[in-house]
Amino acid sequence: MAKNDVKVLGAWPSPYVMRPRIALNIKSVNYEFLEETFGSKSELLLQSNLVHKKIPVLIHGDKPICESMIIVEYIDEVWTSGPSILPSDPYDRAIQRFWAAYVDEKWFAAMKGLRSAQGEERKAFLDQVIEGLALLEEAFGKCSKGKAFFGRDRIGLLDIAFGSFLAWLKVTEKVNGVKLLDEAKTPGLVKWAERFCADAAVKSVMPETEKLLEFSKFLAAKMKGAPPPKN
Amino acid sequence: MASSATVTANQLIIMAELKLFRTWSSPFPLRVVWALDFKGIQYDTIFEDLSNKSSLLLQYNPIYKKVPVLVHNGKPLLESLVILEYIDETWKQTPLLPEDPYERATARFWAKFGDDKVLPSIWNVFIKQGKDQEEAIVTAQENLGFVERQLTGKKFFNGETIGFVDLAFGWLAKLLSLWEEVCGVTLIDHEKFPLLSEWIQNFADAPIIKESWPPRDKLITKYQALLEVYTSKEAPK
Repeated sequence: MAKNDVKVLGAWPSPYVMRPRIALNIKSVNYEFLEETFGSKSELLLQSNLVHKKIPVLIHGDKPICESMIIVEYIDEVWTSGPSILPSDPYDRAIQRFWAAYVDEKWFAAMKGLRSAQGEERKAFLDQVIEGLALLEEAFGKCSKGKAFFGRDRIGLLDIAFGSFLAWLKVTEKVNGVKLLDEAKTPGLVKWAERFCADAAVKSVMPETEKLLEFSKFLAAKMKGAPPPKN
Repeated sequence: MASSATVTANQLIIMAELKLFRTWSSPFPLRVVWALDFKGIQYDTIFEDLSNKSSLLLQYNPIYKKVPVLVHNGKPLLESLVILEYIDETWKQTPLLPEDPYERATARFWAKFGDDKVLPSIWNVFIKQGKDQEEAIVTAQENLGFVERQLTGKKFFNGETIGFVDLAFGWLAKLLSLWEEVCGVTLIDHEKFPLLSEWIQNFADAPIIKESWPPRDKLITKYQALLEVYTSKEAPK
């Protein structure tokens, strides 16, 4: 397939944007990365994602696909000659999807809360984040069954869902002066994180921690100066 | 039923065990009921009282402590849309999702939109008052506008027959008119949302769906009581 038949609309700091890029790398699919300018939305984005106007969007031919994990499943279903991202057993698939949804809806929600919270509220979010990591450590043990990834021998759906947050996790550790992934408490995840970040499909799209830290400071400053949100 | 010398009939029944944990009123387990009934699959139902959760439920769903939980051969499945995909992948008759990957992605998108945006925005209309409610109505109707357009040229979201997205939006077909009645706000009228109004009728009256609804009067009482709790919490505006 010609390179310009597959496009990803996104931005380098976004963990959600990383997900389809990792999936396409796993499948060895060439694609064009169209980077959105921070603070504005391109015509193409607005047309391709009428409902949410958000990144990432995968444009395959002339068809837009939205929502990062839905895009990952689409990629897995279209490019069947490459390594599978989802396991073949329906129960295993359900477990991967369950934890991917948990990571987004519960765990990262607590991470985001941590970013802007103060005092008691901050401690509460931190506790939630750490509690979540303990659950994910346990899930890692059950899913990996002693192998390298949640997807066992290869990076799978849950690796992509959770692993895409690792750069932000490192930034959060620095900003808050805490260790979230800990050799004592989450040994499995510590090693998994190293393997994930080193993987060929991930390396080229995972932002450097320092660069992301600078960006997060820029974002924080912008948030302070920004008008209060409408809703 | 064939059974080897070492496996008794009872063991076969236990091995093929399918149990659904639900409540009498929650719309999310209903999605699972519909999916299983559409596929003609036998299962046992366990009704939970969420104010007094069974130890089994807490064991199967320690993180969310919610229904539905589907237990298949002793293994728990959680989150209604995840369960629906599991059912579709395990039992191939009467498919819920289309075969084409793009159509599947589209179906998943709208089901997610329903849960992430439509339902919370409509719930906001139900529980808020005054200016907050007015703003909630605008958001809810914007969301419903997107949903309305998805029905263009189709009887159901899935086309001629009920599918994944219809089951995902099924709560709308029963609860919306109920909530509208209880809180006195009309969100969907036939003029502004002709396709959605038609879909609600077609879905609610469809075989299997029709027989599954919890008793309306009981639901009205439940939501009236819930609304009172919210109204007493809200400061007068």
